[in-house]
Amino acid sequence: MSTLLDIQDLAINFKTRSGDVHAVDGVSFQLEAGKVLGIAGESGCGKTTTALSIPRLLPSNARLVRGHILFDGVDLMQFSEGEIEKIRWKQISMVFQGAMNALNPVKTIGAQIIEPIVWHEPAIARGDANQRVLELLERVGIPAARARSYPHEFSGGMRQRVMIAMALACRPKLIISDEPVTALDVMIQAQILNLLKDLQKQMNLAMIFISHDLSVIAESCDEIAIMYAGKLVERGSIRKVFSQPAHPYTQALIRSFPNIYGKQELIHGIPGYPPNLIHPPTGCRFHERCDRCIDICAQSEPVLREVGEGQIAACHRIGETLP
Amino acid sequence: MNPALLSIKDLKVYFELRQGLPLPWREPDVVKAIDGVTFDILEGEVLALVGESGCGKTTIGKTLLRLIEPKAGIIQYRDQDLAHLKGVSLRAMRQKMQLIFQDPYESLDSRQSVFDILAEPLVIHQRVTQKKDLQACVFEALESTGLHPAAEIAQRYPHHLSGGQRQRVAIAAAMILEPEFIVADEPVSMLDVSVRAGILQLMLALRHQKNLTYLFITHDLSLAWVIADRIMVLYLGKVIEIGPSDRLIHAGTHPYTQALVSVIPSPIPDRSREQIILKGETPSPVHVPEGCRFHPRCWKFQRLGSPKECLTQEPDLRQVAEGHLAACHFLD
Ligand SMILES: Nc1ncnc2c1ncn2[C@@H]1O[C@H](COP(=O)(O)OP(=O)(O)OP(=O)(O)O)[C@@H](O)[C@H]1O
Ligand SMILES: Nc1ncnc2c1ncn2[C@@H]1O[C@H](COP(=O)(O)OP(=O)(O)OP(=O)(O)O)[C@@H](O)[C@H]1O
Ligand SMILES: [Mg+2]
Ligand SMILES: [Mg+2]
Repeated sequence: MSTLLDIQDLAINFKTRSGDVHAVDGVSFQLEAGKVLGIAGESGCGKTTTALSIPRLLPSNARLVRGHILFDGVDLMQFSEGEIEKIRWKQISMVFQGAMNALNPVKTIGAQIIEPIVWHEPAIARGDANQRVLELLERVGIPAARARSYPHEFSGGMRQRVMIAMALACRPKLIISDEPVTALDVMIQAQILNLLKDLQKQMNLAMIFISHDLSVIAESCDEIAIMYAGKLVERGSIRKVFSQPAHPYTQALIRSFPNIYGKQELIHGIPGYPPNLIHPPTGCRFHERCDRCIDICAQSEPVLREVGEGQIAACHRIGETLP
Repeated sequence: MNPALLSIKDLKVYFELRQGLPLPWREPDVVKAIDGVTFDILEGEVLALVGESGCGKTTIGKTLLRLIEPKAGIIQYRDQDLAHLKGVSLRAMRQKMQLIFQDPYESLDSRQSVFDILAEPLVIHQRVTQKKDLQACVFEALESTGLHPAAEIAQRYPHHLSGGQRQRVAIAAAMILEPEFIVADEPVSMLDVSVRAGILQLMLALRHQKNLTYLFITHDLSLAWVIADRIMVLYLGKVIEIGPSDRLIHAGTHPYTQALVSVIPSPIPDRSREQIILKGETPSPVHVPEGCRFHPRCWKFQRLGSPKECLTQEPDLRQVAEGHLAACHFLD
């Protein structure tokens, strides 16, 4: 297997009137071709910011403080806007939550799916491009005859299928899906997740899958990265992280979800709220909410270290024997 | 089992939907949002109402509080028929019933301070006449929902509170007239998981302290399983299964319930589990399918080779076990 994406020490700030928001601070991870990495964590922890930095779609008040994003061995950070445009949709494409707003209401969905194709492959014959649109629609479970429909004629689930067809249009290597099923009904959610899983396998796509819902990640991904307040706090295979979560935050997060195959008890919360990222806490960013916090946690920042095979976590108390 | 606080019999709620120009010769479409449901809500229980978007959950909740007028049916609250109550007696009943919404951002008036939000119902219903009693009541309500220091929170406006704090204010506002019955419509679905538990614990604690009964609306079956005594599953305006939570999740008998349970994502990955993924989407309540309304999407109907009953006859709720009913011609 080869490394497709290599993110090194990524740090991103947002400029605001009250100060700089340290939204992502020193995040590193790799993704192999054809693998699915889930990113989880509470609202505001920096999942979307991390993801949007890859195709360079961050809002204008964002600033790259440091870091490298190597895609197929080349650093995207060095690319000009024109160069990055050639990669967007062609090599790296995206599926977002709320496809409703992403689609143009006055264009048929066929006309929208064809756009990235003709933009990236100007030499393509019109007939071939049209043919590809129809194939894509069938592939995501929409009858080809619906190519002439407008977005408002589709339900939320169907629109999300259209977004997926668009993301696949130029046969990318990497798809970034940010909460792709969050606003959808349970059954539609299962349909879309299955579709994504099938397509990912058939086309050997690499995928970054962002969700605040650990259960959805557990079912859809090979690996998981847990973020807290702009930091990566744990990463490893799904099996390892869910069976032996090492970081107290990961453990608390897992306990926040009811599990119908486990004990029928009320879920546990995590006391307090995620910290303000303009003035992040000293030491471990989680220490104020952590039930295992000791003096050192407020003073020095823990580094990521190996806790098991292919599993890393950042906590001072890892390795101590549990009481 | 406790006696029923509410007994709902053959409740129907229809909406007329006019599309295009309002021409007198054009018949409006009829949305059969609630199409004949019968069930009890027992005193002191948490009854979860689950089902896909558009199946009629909110409509039932609002109709029970008479915020929507039913077309037909009986809503018996202890010994009164709410469906036909009017004027002063309706207003008196309404104080006993409250609604908590999904979206704390919308349900609170952003121009009012937290103090005014909580004080207003007390003043309108003349529960408190002395100014100092009013303050004591409001502060107590805030403290009891975990909002302290009450004096400081009371002065804030909703946009100066976090989502979790706002939902606590909404709960405090719902509790202030000491209701007996609460409809909670997706009360935690907008909140982060870590904040959810606190709100749920609060709601369940108040249930014991104040002897409350809840209709808890959610589309999240695993959440329904941990907080409710019983679960009722709605499909296209009809109850298709109702029973004790654990039975419904682990021994549900209706093919729709079984499918819904099979796709609940689990935080403990177990890929051996077989999912029943239904094809297509729920049909529109304007064109309810003949026979069993679920048959066009039913996996069992297909497996059994399209039996005639399903196409022609609407199944009634039948007893599967003590307190467990389901509406299907071919129950396990
Ligand atoms: N344009 C912006 N200007 C200022 N701050 C921002 C901006 N976008 C995001 N932030 C802040 O950066 C942090 C990370 O935001 P981000 O959207 O990446 O979080 P997230 O993990 O995707 O959250 P969610 O689950 O809510 O989508 C948050 O504290 C957020 O408030
Ligand atoms: N005022 C109205 N006029 C016309 N149709 C309505 C009205 N209110 C609701 N409906 C329709 O009645 C049906 C039931 O709606 P309801 O809001 O009760 O569903 P729900 O189960 O609460 O869905 P959700 O999970 O999306 O909140 C839907 O088909 C809806 O479109
Ligand atoms: Mg996000
Ligand atoms: Mg609703």
